[in-house]
Amino acid sequence: MRADIVVIGGGPAGLASAVSAYKEGIKDVLIIERDMELGGILPQCIHDGFGNFIFGEMLTGPEYAQRYINELKKTEIKIKLNTMVLEIDSNKRIIAVNSKDGLLEIEAKAIILAMGCRERTRAQILIPGERPSGIYTAGTAQRYINIEGMMPGKKIVILGSGDVGLIMARRFTLEGAEVEGVYEIMPNPGGLTRNVVQCLEDYDIPLYLSHTITNIEGRRRVEGVTVAKVDSKMKPIKETERFIPCDTVILSVGLIPENELSKKAEVKMDPRTGGPIVDERMETSIPGIFACGNVVHVHDLVDDVSEAAEVSGKGAAEYIAGKLKERKIPINVKNGRNVRYIVPQIIRAEKFDKDIKFYLRVKEIEKNTRIVVSSNEKEIFEKKERIVRPPEMIKLNLSPEILNKITGNELTIEVKK
Amino acid sequence: MKRIHNFTCIVCPLSCQIELIEERNKILEVKGNRCKQGEKYAIDEFKNPVRILITTVYIEDGILPMLPVRSEKPIPKSFMKKCVKELSKIKAKAPVRCGDVIYENILDTGINVIASRDLIRRK
Repeated sequence: MRADIVVIGGGPAGLASAVSAYKEGIKDVLIIERDMELGGILPQCIHDGFGNFIFGEMLTGPEYAQRYINELKKTEIKIKLNTMVLEIDSNKRIIAVNSKDGLLEIEAKAIILAMGCRERTRAQILIPGERPSGIYTAGTAQRYINIEGMMPGKKIVILGSGDVGLIMARRFTLEGAEVEGVYEIMPNPGGLTRNVVQCLEDYDIPLYLSHTITNIEGRRRVEGVTVAKVDSKMKPIKETERFIPCDTVILSVGLIPENELSKKAEVKMDPRTGGPIVDERMETSIPGIFACGNVVHVHDLVDDVSEAAEVSGKGAAEYIAGKLKERKIPINVKNGRNVRYIVPQIIRAEKFDKDIKFYLRVKEIEKNTRIVVSSNEKEIFEKKERIVRPPEMIKLNLSPEILNKITGNELTIEVKK
Repeated sequence: MKRIHNFTCIVCPLSCQIELIEERNKILEVKGNRCKQGEKYAIDEFKNPVRILITTVYIEDGILPMLPVRSEKPIPKSFMKKCVKELSKIKAKAPVRCGDVIYENILDTGINVIASRDLIRRK
């Protein structure tokens, strides 16, 4: 089997990239999705807050997905559901499997990686104690309640204050469970402020910062957890330990880009994002393999995923049309002071004729800052930010006029006081 | 006496810290918001906090057992739990289209509850 573009993953990133490549004139596009339907994680994110930037209105997750699915239905884009990609290689050959076609071998001119991310689990944060049932990641609990219609428990303790955990604190409460509290090891919430307000404060659910779970008890089912305050080095303080009876522990302790396939194809990875290194068109280190969405870095908002995915779709279409003109030595985007990561990590375009959007996260909270872009130690752009926080992604839009001020092969972005 | 109320805006991720100054329930000033929606949010929060109602209802003959629904417009925050309870009693029937009214005039708020996705029939 052959296809011009194969998109791996039918979530928000895959949908937006496929539609955008199609609109650029590539009609032979195939989306491969392992689930029984399109939409990725959106169908289970039944809360509102999606689409404010892309559609200018507040939508729920399923509604947001529906908009793109409806858009897709107007095209000739092919879809293979219930199909798992097993392998891709640097020649853009894809091996996939499903119960109808058996083993599939697909040759693509370009591939867009849109596999998204997955949740960190108990194994990755090393909570000691027994291994009873009743311990779920927030996303798993969300799926049980919102898709399957089953309640995972009645008395809940949530570890970690990531967005999904905050959303689930409210969801559990509305469905009649008791949420004892949300425990966060860091001194600041992990999720967006608006979720702390509308999910916890609205329902008087306590948030304990600088706290963690030190033990899980229960033989068959969770019977309770021990929580403790942590010191400035995040070490639990023994004297502050207390036992909380509960039947369920929910973990909301971060997301990791899902890159097993990218690694098999030997795409170069960025250890800071956990995703592939990409250029301004979202092309990875392998020509013709593009990536977008949470597989590249974990976003706060689906709107940003769709936006970046459009860039990758256009990029893949341009690649096939052979329209790309690249500079001999790419520009390296360097992380300056208080910057944890920047995407894209490199710039390959020879000439700048359109804006490039940079996405970055800071390491630490800081007030009254300037985000400064410089090249060869000369400032070429700045943006004032009243406050920068690690959970809130910063976006910089650089116009061709600014980009043309780049000299040499280096660009630095930093946070200045 | 003038009183200051502080709100964190939830309209978008910017999370503006908004100050609403009022004297005997008369709003004198709203500041700290970076857009018009923020001003409206703060006034609503002061007068009558509202939220979009979001939950699921059982659905018969669908490819999935649950249908996500939402209120067409925001409803008073204090109604949230009662509405969710009311909706737990009903059963929708597949197929439904995104936007179909699933429950009319929930708890006499004058607001309809609508489906928030398409859900086709199970074969």
